[in-house]
Amino acid sequence: MTDSVASPTQMNKAPSGGWDQFNEERIVPIKKYAVRNPSLIVGLVLLFGMLFLVGIGHLIWDTEMFRPLSTPTRLAPTAEHPFGTDTQGRDLLAIAILGTPLTLRIGLIAGVVAIGLGTVAAFLSAYYRGVIDGAIRSIVDVGLAMPALLILILVRINVGRELSTDEMGIAIGLTSWVFPARTIRSQVLVMREQAYVELSRLSGTSGMGIIFKEMMPNLIPYITASLVASVAGAILASIGLEAIGLGNLSDPTLGMTIYWNIQFSSITLGMWWWWVPPLVAIVIVFVSLFLISSGLDEWSNPRLRKRV
Amino acid sequence: MTEQSEVAENSSPSKLSSFTGTSLRILSGILGNFVVKRFLFFLFVVWIAATVIFIIPRLSGQDPVKEKLLLEAQRGGAMQTGLDEMAKTYQKRFGLDQPLWTQYTNYMIDLSKLNLGTSIAFFPRTVNDIVFESLMWTLGLMGTVTILAFILGTLAGAFLGWPRRPGWLQYVFMPLLTLSAIPQYLLAMILIFIIAFKLGWLPLFGGYSPSTLPNLSWDFVVDVLRHAILPAFAIIFSAIGFWAIGMRGMMINTQGEDYMIQADAKGLKGSRIFMRYAVRNALLPQVTGLALVLGTIVTGQVLVERVFSYPGIGDILFQAIRLSDFFVIRGIVIVIILGIAGATFLLDVLYPLLDPRIKVRNT
Repeated sequence: MTDSVASPTQMNKAPSGGWDQFNEERIVPIKKYAVRNPSLIVGLVLLFGMLFLVGIGHLIWDTEMFRPLSTPTRLAPTAEHPFGTDTQGRDLLAIAILGTPLTLRIGLIAGVVAIGLGTVAAFLSAYYRGVIDGAIRSIVDVGLAMPALLILILVRINVGRELSTDEMGIAIGLTSWVFPARTIRSQVLVMREQAYVELSRLSGTSGMGIIFKEMMPNLIPYITASLVASVAGAILASIGLEAIGLGNLSDPTLGMTIYWNIQFSSITLGMWWWWVPPLVAIVIVFVSLFLISSGLDEWSNPRLRKRV
Repeated sequence: MTEQSEVAENSSPSKLSSFTGTSLRILSGILGNFVVKRFLFFLFVVWIAATVIFIIPRLSGQDPVKEKLLLEAQRGGAMQTGLDEMAKTYQKRFGLDQPLWTQYTNYMIDLSKLNLGTSIAFFPRTVNDIVFESLMWTLGLMGTVTILAFILGTLAGAFLGWPRRPGWLQYVFMPLLTLSAIPQYLLAMILIFIIAFKLGWLPLFGGYSPSTLPNLSWDFVVDVLRHAILPAFAIIFSAIGFWAIGMRGMMINTQGEDYMIQADAKGLKGSRIFMRYAVRNALLPQVTGLALVLGTIVTGQVLVERVFSYPGIGDILFQAIRLSDFFVIRGIVIVIILGIAGATFLLDVLYPLLDPRIKVRNT
C-alpha cells in the first residue's frame, strides 16, 4: 500500500529558514507518519480526491440534467454524455456529481447525531453511574438487539411521506447511537480510574470540569474514529433504505440510483454505464472511510500499533 | 426497566464459598441462574421491541392500515367483501377510537399467541403463512453462509495475526479485508453482472427456475443450490473480512501473554502453540462478536435477497413495502427481532460453556 519509500532525513543539512525549514518542520513529519500509518493517508487521499473531482464537476457540468426526461433515454456513454443516460432520461454524470456529496451529507448528519447522543449517554452513564447508568445500559442493550434498518422502515412507513435527505440523516442518527454509546462508555470507564483523573477529582475539579478538561481531550481520537465508523454505517443504512424503495424518489442520491437500477434491471439490459458509476462511488466512499477509520484506530489506540 | 433491574438483583449469584459443594454443583447452579437471567432479558427485549412497534404508528398520528383499506375498498373488485369484513375487524380490535389500553392489550395477546394478523395485499393469507414460507429460504441461505464465513474469516484472521506466517499471506488476504467495507448488495450486483450475465454460468435471479415447481427431486435440489451460490458468495465475501479483522486483532493481543511465552519456552511445536494457545484464546471474543453483528447480517441479507429476487424474507419485505401491506411489514420486523434476540440468548448461554474461565459472572 505504501508507494513512497521512507528516506532517512538528512540531519547534517541545517534548516535555513524558508522552504527548507517548512519542509523540515511540517512536511517531513507528515511523510514519516504516512509511512507508518498508510491506511489513514490513503483513505483521506481517496475521499478528498473524490470530493475534489465532484467539485470540478459542479463547475464544468450542467447538473440540472439530473432531472428525468432532460436527455434522450438509454444512451451509452458518448462525448455529449460521458456517463451515458438512464431509462428515464437522466444524465448519469450529473447524477454522479450531485449524488456523491448528497449521500455523504446524509452519512455525516447521521454520524454527528449518533456520536453526539452516544457520547453524552456514554459520559452520563460511565461517569455518574448509579440509576442513570442502569437506565442507559438497559436502553443500549435493548437497542443493540433491534436492527436500526427495520425500525427505520417502520418509521418511514408510518410517516407516510417521503423524507428529505436531511430528515433521513437525522432519523438514521436517532436509531444508531447505541453502539457508539456502548463502546465510548467502556473507554470512559477505563479512563475514570486513571491517576490523573483521580488527581483532578481530589483537587476539587467539578464533574463537568473533569469530563471536558481531563477526559474529552484524551477521548477525541477515539471519538473521531467512532464518528468515521458511524458515518460509514449511516451511509450503509441510507443506501439500504433507498434500495428497498423508501428513499426520496426525486433525490439523485447514490442509493436512489441503485434503486432505479434494480427497478429497471439495468444489469440484464446490459446498461453497465448506469450501475458502474454509483457502484464505484459507493465503493470508494466505503473503502476510504474504512481505511480512515482503521488508520484513526491505530492513532487513537497505540496498543494496536503494528506488532505484526 | 424496573422489572429487569429487580430481577437482576434477586437472581444475581451470591458469593459461593469454595468449601461447600462440588465445583460441578456450583457451576450448574450459576449456569442455571445465568440462563434464567438471560432468558428474562430475552423476554424483556422482545417486549420492548413489541411496544416500540406498537407506539410508532400512534406517534405519527396516521393510520396506514386504515388508509390502505380505504384505498382498496374504493378500487373495488373481487376482494370487496373480505376487505369490508377485515376493515370491521381491524376497527374493532385496533381502531384508534378504542382506548389506547385496549388496543395495546389486544395487540399483545395476539403477539403472545404468535398471531401476526392478516395480509392486506394477499388478503385471505395470514402473515404467519407468508413469513413462514419465506423464512425457510432466508434461514437456509443465512445459516450456511454465516457458518462458512465465520470459519473462513476466523482462519484467515488467525493466520494474519500470527507472526510466523508465510509473508505472501498478507498480500492475499489484505484485499479481502477491504472487501468487508463494501456493502453486500453491491458485491451481489457485480457477481450477477460477471458470472450470471456475462458468463452465464449461474442463474440471474430467483430461488429456483420459474418453470419448475418445488419438489424433492434431485434436479430441484441442484437447481436450488445453483441459485443459492451467488447470493451466498455475495454475503461470504464481505463477511470474511469482518471476521478476519476481529480475529487478527485478538491474535495480536495474545502475542504478549505470559502463557504464550511459556508455551514457547517449553519448546512446544509451532502448530500446537498456534491452535491450542493462540487460536483457542482468541476465538472467544469472536463468538461475542457474532451476537453483536447478527442484526447487521440479517439486514444485509434482506437487501441481497432483494437484488437477487431471492424468495426469502427480504423479497417479501420489499413487496410488502411496495404494496404498503403494513401487517406483513410489521410481522417481518417482529420475526426478525425475535430471531436476533433468540440467537443472542443462545450465544449468551453457550458462551460460559466455551470459556471455562467465566465461572462467576456478575453482569
